[in-house]
Amino acid sequence: MERIIFYALALIMIASALASVMSRRMLRSVIYLLFVLCGVAGVYFMMDYNFLGAIQLTIYAGGIIVLIIFSVLLVHHIEMRMEIAKTSKLLFTGLACALGMAVFLSVIYSYEFEVTGQSSGTEVIDIGEKLLDYGEGGFILPFEVISVLLLAAMVGAIVIAKGTALAENKNENT
Amino acid sequence: MMQLRITENVHNWLFSVMPEGVASIVEMVLIAVVYLTIFAVAGLFLVLLERRVAAWFQLRIGPNRVGPQGLLQTMADAIKLLTKELTGTERADKFLYNLAPYFVIITALMALAVIPFSAEFHAFDINIGLFFLIAISSIGVIGILLGGWSSNNKYSLIGAMRSGVQTISYELSVGLSLLTMVVITGSLQLSEIIEIQKSGWLILQGHIPAVIAFMIFMISGTAETNRAPFDMVEAESELGAGFHTEYSGMKFAYFFLAEFINMFIISAIAATVFFGGWLSPFGITESIPELGVFWFLLKTMALVFLMMWFRWTFPRLRVDQLLTLEWKYLLPINLVNIVLMALLVWLNLTIRL
Repeated sequence: MERIIFYALALIMIASALASVMSRRMLRSVIYLLFVLCGVAGVYFMMDYNFLGAIQLTIYAGGIIVLIIFSVLLVHHIEMRMEIAKTSKLLFTGLACALGMAVFLSVIYSYEFEVTGQSSGTEVIDIGEKLLDYGEGGFILPFEVISVLLLAAMVGAIVIAKGTALAENKNENT
Repeated sequence: MMQLRITENVHNWLFSVMPEGVASIVEMVLIAVVYLTIFAVAGLFLVLLERRVAAWFQLRIGPNRVGPQGLLQTMADAIKLLTKELTGTERADKFLYNLAPYFVIITALMALAVIPFSAEFHAFDINIGLFFLIAISSIGVIGILLGGWSSNNKYSLIGAMRSGVQTISYELSVGLSLLTMVVITGSLQLSEIIEIQKSGWLILQGHIPAVIAFMIFMISGTAETNRAPFDMVEAESELGAGFHTEYSGMKFAYFFLAEFINMFIISAIAATVFFGGWLSPFGITESIPELGVFWFLLKTMALVFLMMWFRWTFPRLRVDQLLTLEWKYLLPINLVNIVLMALLVWLNLTIRL
């Protein structure tokens, strides 16, 4: 049963990944990408990594894809099609993809995967404790670094959004 | 224990007449059919309820001709919609146009599966239940955005954009107000959240911050389902019908039903997290577990009525008011509220019966 679901998911993911790069309509590409990301979430759920699966859905499907759709809605007209690239570019991209694929496959096939047999679902409580753990193997430092990064990003976004308004205020004050 | 016996009997019977693999698939299909039926029946019933409540608020009678007390009115409407022609705009993106309603429907159905109707009537008791609900609800908006864009209609597009802005903003408040309650429960699993409420519903256990969280949840939940007073998305007088202007027949009905089911889901989450879900008040019917569904539906319907009350009482907000409300009021209050709740739990000031 699990095997069938896995192959179904894999098939959906590969097909939509291909469709995503080959479609000439921008929004359709985005939706195919959404299918790929949902497929990844499905694989996580299959592995009992429920938390990671839900994170995948919230961040990628609900956050990033919505953001991309939003920007497409703002700039893209429904009848627009993407250009087909020049042959030389196509060849180069194909070559780069083949190279990446070769590296990827060689790594996967040379690595010996251990069969763990039993999967244990991760409890949210464990994740929370690990995140705030400052002892050995704790994640408090990366957690804090990421929050500082996000804060910086937010401040930057506000500055960009305010843009001229901030500068004008400064001029008035001096 | 009637329900348990029904499901158990069906389960045993299925596994006795079929090989294991087939039986489990048949069981899944059966459960899916049951939930689809709930979806359709609840949706139609809620539409009828909305119309009756609206009529009551406006001193009318409302639908009262088809069936006793107009009970079959929405059924008739559904059949009418089924027989209608499916129209579409020219030069629309047909693929996305047809796909959009399913996003809305599927997310609503997935959310429905996580909600505990009673102790046994619970399809998917995942250990991150509440977070799963938040995750799923963030996908529904994609359907609205797609529907608005791919119908190639300016009004639809504006409606979809408004919906995007609104849902993304208010999602934050929905999540944070639920997190406030998670501070008390210490668990995201819905069955455990209910278990904890056996010593007092959470709105009582967490008193002041819980009441604040409940108010924020109801406001932002109403906004997330795009209902009045937050129905900028549809705004009949400005946008035609908003993002689903170009949809007809059954595809329109999908959007319409999903909106009502989403209202039901928001109320059901509120009933589960704040009011003890299927638990009876003060445990008066603890000895009769079959009544769990009744209590759950009673609480949910009371909250649904509250949301309908909002709709027919408050005037519609402007876009800027909508965003000010969220970002300048609800969000800061929410953040302070979480700290307050954490303090309460830390100092052991929660009320337990």
